[in-house]
Amino acid sequence: MSILGTRVVRTEDPVFLTRGATYTDDLTDERLTGALHLTLVRSPIAHATITSIDVEAAKEAPGVVAVFTGADVDLAPALLFPAANPAMVRPFLATDRVRYVGEAVAAVLTEEAYQGEDAAEMVDVDYEPLDVVVDMKDALTDEVLLFPEAGTNSVTKMHFAKEEAPEDLFADCEVVVSKEIVNQRVAAAPLETRAASAYWGEDGRCTIFCSTQNAQSARDEVAGWMGLDTKDLRLILPDVGGGFGAKIGADPEFALVGWLSKKVGRPVRWNESRSENMTGMVQGRGQLQTITIGGDRDGTVKAYRLDLIADAGAYPRLGVVLPMFTRMMAPGTYDIPKVWSTAKVVATNTTSTAAYRGAGRPEATQAIERAMDLFADAIGMDPAELRKKNVVKPEQFPFTTKGGAEYDSGEYAKAIDLALEASGYDELRAEQKRRREAGDPLQLGIGVSSYVEITGGGAFVENATVEVHADGTVTVLTGTSPHGQGHATAWAMLASDQLGIPVDKITVIHGDTDLIPKGAGTMGSRSLQTGGIAVHNAAVELVEVAKQRAAERLEANVDDLVVENGTVQVKGTGSGISLAELAGADELKVYHEWDGKKPTFPFGAHVALVEVDVESGKATVERIWAVDDAGPVLNPLIFDGQRHGGIAQGIAQALLEEVVFDSEGQPLTATFADYGIPSAAELPSFDLVSMETPTPINTMGYKGIGEAGTIGSCPAVQNAVIDAVSHLGVEHIDMPLTPLRVWEAIEEARK
Amino acid sequence: MKVEITVNGERTSADVEPRTLLAHYLRENVGLKATNIGCDTTSCGACTVLVDGESVKSCTVLAVQADQLSVQTMEDLGMDHPVTAAFRQEHGLQCGFCTPGMVMAAVGLIDENPDLTEADVREGLEGNLCRCTGYHNIVRAVLVAAGKDPDAAQAEGTDDKTISPGFSAGEGAA
Repeated sequence: MSILGTRVVRTEDPVFLTRGATYTDDLTDERLTGALHLTLVRSPIAHATITSIDVEAAKEAPGVVAVFTGADVDLAPALLFPAANPAMVRPFLATDRVRYVGEAVAAVLTEEAYQGEDAAEMVDVDYEPLDVVVDMKDALTDEVLLFPEAGTNSVTKMHFAKEEAPEDLFADCEVVVSKEIVNQRVAAAPLETRAASAYWGEDGRCTIFCSTQNAQSARDEVAGWMGLDTKDLRLILPDVGGGFGAKIGADPEFALVGWLSKKVGRPVRWNESRSENMTGMVQGRGQLQTITIGGDRDGTVKAYRLDLIADAGAYPRLGVVLPMFTRMMAPGTYDIPKVWSTAKVVATNTTSTAAYRGAGRPEATQAIERAMDLFADAIGMDPAELRKKNVVKPEQFPFTTKGGAEYDSGEYAKAIDLALEASGYDELRAEQKRRREAGDPLQLGIGVSSYVEITGGGAFVENATVEVHADGTVTVLTGTSPHGQGHATAWAMLASDQLGIPVDKITVIHGDTDLIPKGAGTMGSRSLQTGGIAVHNAAVELVEVAKQRAAERLEANVDDLVVENGTVQVKGTGSGISLAELAGADELKVYHEWDGKKPTFPFGAHVALVEVDVESGKATVERIWAVDDAGPVLNPLIFDGQRHGGIAQGIAQALLEEVVFDSEGQPLTATFADYGIPSAAELPSFDLVSMETPTPINTMGYKGIGEAGTIGSCPAVQNAVIDAVSHLGVEHIDMPLTPLRVWEAIEEARK
Repeated sequence: MKVEITVNGERTSADVEPRTLLAHYLRENVGLKATNIGCDTTSCGACTVLVDGESVKSCTVLAVQADQLSVQTMEDLGMDHPVTAAFRQEHGLQCGFCTPGMVMAAVGLIDENPDLTEADVREGLEGNLCRCTGYHNIVRAVLVAAGKDPDAAQAEGTDDKTISPGFSAGEGAA
């Protein structure tokens, strides 16, 4: 029996549960001996010119080795996303102007970490405040400019439509509903904050240890910022304590750490505090959307339009491109004849935005799933029925949508049915009706979502090296970059499946650019369908190489050979030769590069049951039933773990989390005491339902699962809460659905 | 100031600044790096350790306050301990950052109340944040470590108004 598809506990865990994982700040690497600690002085003001910086007192403070300001740094300010307005560059330390609270203004290097905090407080910066722009619509007026030299706050032209919007989009619709909704800004908040350490070798090469999701791209970025040839920079990733998209690529601080290390001739370490992280690390979502949906009273949806504004924050980063995914996925699981979308991306005096679990796709799903509920409400149809009536049918695949995506495989109605059945949907509706009639202060809400998303989008190529050693152990090198996803176990299973060598003899190595110069990392739920397939293919190839060599040694026909339990055997005979023995005679190693050429489209359906106390507005998720179909499951333990984590983050966005800035650009949620990251007490256990529809894109049928849970759960929960109070006249409530928001919506509807 | 703290059964001592946090003492002075620091508002619990058998957030305790006391960190448990074993078996960890604190909080919780329900575990771990697991498998792991059947416990629901698994009936229910 193959190991694939079985529940294998993780090979990572014994170390993680005894010594603990080794994150960047845990490193005791001798190359970092004598490292100085970097403390960054950060702007407390959202928009200001810097009139003076006095570092003299700080330089005299105990333990201070050096203090640098922007005037000292000879690195050219960086454009952090290629398609952004070229004037919107970020200096490594601010020089004349700061554009968001938390922007780095000065760097203090001390012998001890505590000394850095003391000395940083002694750096005296004079700011001349400027007008601040936080609201996206205000920013679009260009009345307050972040970059006067750009002449606009508009960040990019990449989303400009090539043609005019059709005027008759909704002309043949009996019912049209439109609503402006907010997909609020949230913080990825991985438990490990950002960190980097750097040293320079005598060979003139720089090594940076850092926390990121993709070592090789981060190397290329940092080398570019530092003006180094990529061969002169080595990035090493220790264990990474979560990323959720916010650790894609490098942060400018990584280059600063490298630059400072060279400047002072000593290793430098940087590990930010949580308060720093909550303004300094990129944040996610942040879209203002206008959704318009039209169709007939029989439930036929005929047209859909999505107009969005996305918040790039002060210095445009990956957030610039994400509306592309939102627009591509705008029609969701539905076969809608007419679809139109527009996107604008705007700079504001806030933290930069980038990817967060789902990255552009959850924003699309939330919009269409709210639109479907609004339409169902308008025509008086059950929201689940409406969805089933309009989804793409199984026989339509591969299906090219009006959003421009080619959906590979799916059975969307079946997923909805499975979720409904698991939830006992009809009974829930009956109980809801009973409570409504009884005027129960605890009302039930039932929310349905149907979703499809893109995984492995954008980076289709990945590589793997599989090598069998003479002692019978195996090393797998991968260009993917786990930070909690269990690749060490999953990739070992893929190799083990072919080689017949147990997983505990297989070591998976990632995240060292000298050992693995190429690779695209782990993001967009891409790892299994790219890096996993590369491991599988490399192992298949290695088996072929081993058979060829064994055929000569055993004087047998290659076609008569099989690999079992790590040994090449002649079928039906006892004779054979182990892979280890072959490796002892000659290197037994295969490098494989796999190009899937296309993304895949996992899908599913969630049903959320919430209870809303209509007297206080408090909503509680009682149950959530999730169908998440990402093709065949490699390891159900890891697969379900990804779903759990995703579902939790979706519920959290729906009910609790929001990054808030006041009108002066001051962050009001800059600590874990203020930001609504949920605890175990605020979440239920999750009900998972299985469904496996393979993709034709790769031989194993695998799609990605990392982000699916978030994409499915968030709209289901938002729809459920609104459903719970819809009989009171509430049509829509923006996320997060806090008790105050829900209570206010009920009060407003009662007027 | 000089402190003497027994850490995982071994005597340690150092001359520390009075403001030194116990978390930093463990990491920097003793060199035990499992204990992590995930926030600066004593919210996340990644630094949870046992001080004289009671779970505390070591970022909220000064090293001098632990002088002459006994501290236990995750490094002391080993994989044969019921809590670490259950975390592995139930997949109660992903990136591993919250894990040392979560494990020690669980050890403290089970010691306090061996007869845990799902609700007890969720409330008992309220001070420990995890961003990866959604807590589902952490809750299972703690129940398993406490000798409970997690399937039965998770199906029992959360309060005395339960009419079906996890489903609170509300005041108006018959």
